[in-house]
Amino acid sequence: MNGLDWSFMKIAVLVKQTPDTETKANLGAQGLESAGLKFILNPYDEFAVEEAIQLRDKLKGEAVVVSLGPDRVVDAMRTALAMGCDTGIHVKVSEEELKKLDLFVVAKALAAALKQKGPFDLILAGKQAIDDDALAVPQMVAEFLELPRATVVTKLEIGSDSKSAKLRRAVDGGAEEIIEIQLPAVLAAHKGLNTPRYASLPGIMKAKQKKVEVLELSALGLSANDAKVTYEKFELPPEKAPGKIFKGSPQELAQQIVQHLRNEAKVI
Amino acid sequence: MTKALVLIELKNGNVKKSSLESIHALVSQGVEVDAIAFGPEATTHKDGAAKAVGGQGAKKLLKVDSSDLKFYQPDLYASTIAATFKTGGYHILAASASSLVKDLLPTLAARLDAGLAPDCVAVKIDGSSISAKRPMLAGKYFATLKFKAFPAVLSLRPNVMPIGADSGQSAQIVDTPASGALRAKTTDVSGGAGSARPDLAEAERIISAGRAIKASENFKIIEECADVIGAAVGASRAAVDAGMAPHAMQVGQTGKTVNPNLYIACGISGAIQHLAGMKTSKVIVAINTDPEAPIFQKADYGAVGDLFAVVPELTKEFKKLLSAG
Repeated sequence: MNGLDWSFMKIAVLVKQTPDTETKANLGAQGLESAGLKFILNPYDEFAVEEAIQLRDKLKGEAVVVSLGPDRVVDAMRTALAMGCDTGIHVKVSEEELKKLDLFVVAKALAAALKQKGPFDLILAGKQAIDDDALAVPQMVAEFLELPRATVVTKLEIGSDSKSAKLRRAVDGGAEEIIEIQLPAVLAAHKGLNTPRYASLPGIMKAKQKKVEVLELSALGLSANDAKVTYEKFELPPEKAPGKIFKGSPQELAQQIVQHLRNEAKVI
Repeated sequence: MTKALVLIELKNGNVKKSSLESIHALVSQGVEVDAIAFGPEATTHKDGAAKAVGGQGAKKLLKVDSSDLKFYQPDLYASTIAATFKTGGYHILAASASSLVKDLLPTLAARLDAGLAPDCVAVKIDGSSISAKRPMLAGKYFATLKFKAFPAVLSLRPNVMPIGADSGQSAQIVDTPASGALRAKTTDVSGGAGSARPDLAEAERIISAGRAIKASENFKIIEECADVIGAAVGASRAAVDAGMAPHAMQVGQTGKTVNPNLYIACGISGAIQHLAGMKTSKVIVAINTDPEAPIFQKADYGAVGDLFAVVPELTKEFKKLLSAG
């Protein structure tokens, strides 16, 4: 850096707090009961947080973690802050309200928060959350902010003028698309983009002091009534009957499998 | 009458079966469907595509092609579909949940001011009422969503819904211009070419191996078996993390979610993250030396044995069966 470098990159990272995979699903009339659940920072979001921190360190700037949800989501934001994000924006809704929000209104609220606290030069997110597996909010936020976007990003190079980027995204069959994109943009990170760091103990201590600004959903001009879909019903998958276990020589095992696939399951 | 626009995709010159599933799911519930296809492949194979979609009841095949559409361009796809959707008076935008569709449809839901239901396993249309069921928390439970109003945007999980009998009708081909600026441009696609095997996410049969496969070259025995039954080849995260297979082959939570008719797990213990990606498979076969492996609890058919001994025998038995017809 030559001291005359005026570049300053303001980066937002959208994160979601999700239940841990090991969670047992206790269903109520309004979906998953949050009481007793173990929550984590959505694993794909860790790649977005890591990328934001690395870019902030390389290009100089600020990495702001943004999350929507009840007060408990601040724990996930603190994980991102402990990894190295600078500040946070918490779009606050109650536990009850959250159950009535759909992808549309969540994206609209995040976009409104980014607009109010921006402009941002780059918006990062995980490509999908492991609870609803929608792969949708980053693209919708981009659309509401009228920005270009790319998802499932496995490699990112910011151009020297910070006005464009080259990236790779994973598609079907192990192929990768190579994309040139204008910035600002919304980019959704995939596994492989980087190796997320663990939060250090000093990082965790520092994170407690970092500023998290609270924005109420209503202050963004939105409510659960803006959702486009309602949740009608929640159900557990049907129990699967116990299977058959075969024993014998490799040839006998193979014969048993193939006979059952042909005659009983009728899939071959 | 309720009208739907269904985005279809072609592969190796044919309309993907999963695209036809989406058309049938709507036509069979009294919806008037037009299909839309992009790119040079849709031009080259337009007659075959018109027959395939028409056979499932689609009225028109809107064909979009331009020099920019050699590769998937989200900006062009989105602006062209949005314009077509509005002028055509459609109520529903639907497609099979491929990687392209998962990327594209959220943009269109936002642009059309519409609700979005991705990766649905059931859809029910009754006049102006539309609801859809989708898996949550990797299939631990299911949520049924109801759209408050049209337009509705939804993607359907491949290989869940049936296709109908071919009516013999052909759809009317309508050339449709591409419109819109490119803010992001796909300039090239690298890798992935050359494999004749089906995509994991849409495969009807999959055979996967775990860390017990020991080395990447040993996947040969899995591939030989896969090619006999026309299956895709997958891997567990343990095998991927150990460098035995690329991440593109990973089935499970941080890899692909798959839903084949037949899933054969070889030397895979059945960690919860793996089960999350494959447990909705219709028939699961597990081959493992450890009779206590959790995969056996999910398997319809389990064989306690070493994959290196059992898989080659399985390949032989499949060959015998399929050559006998």
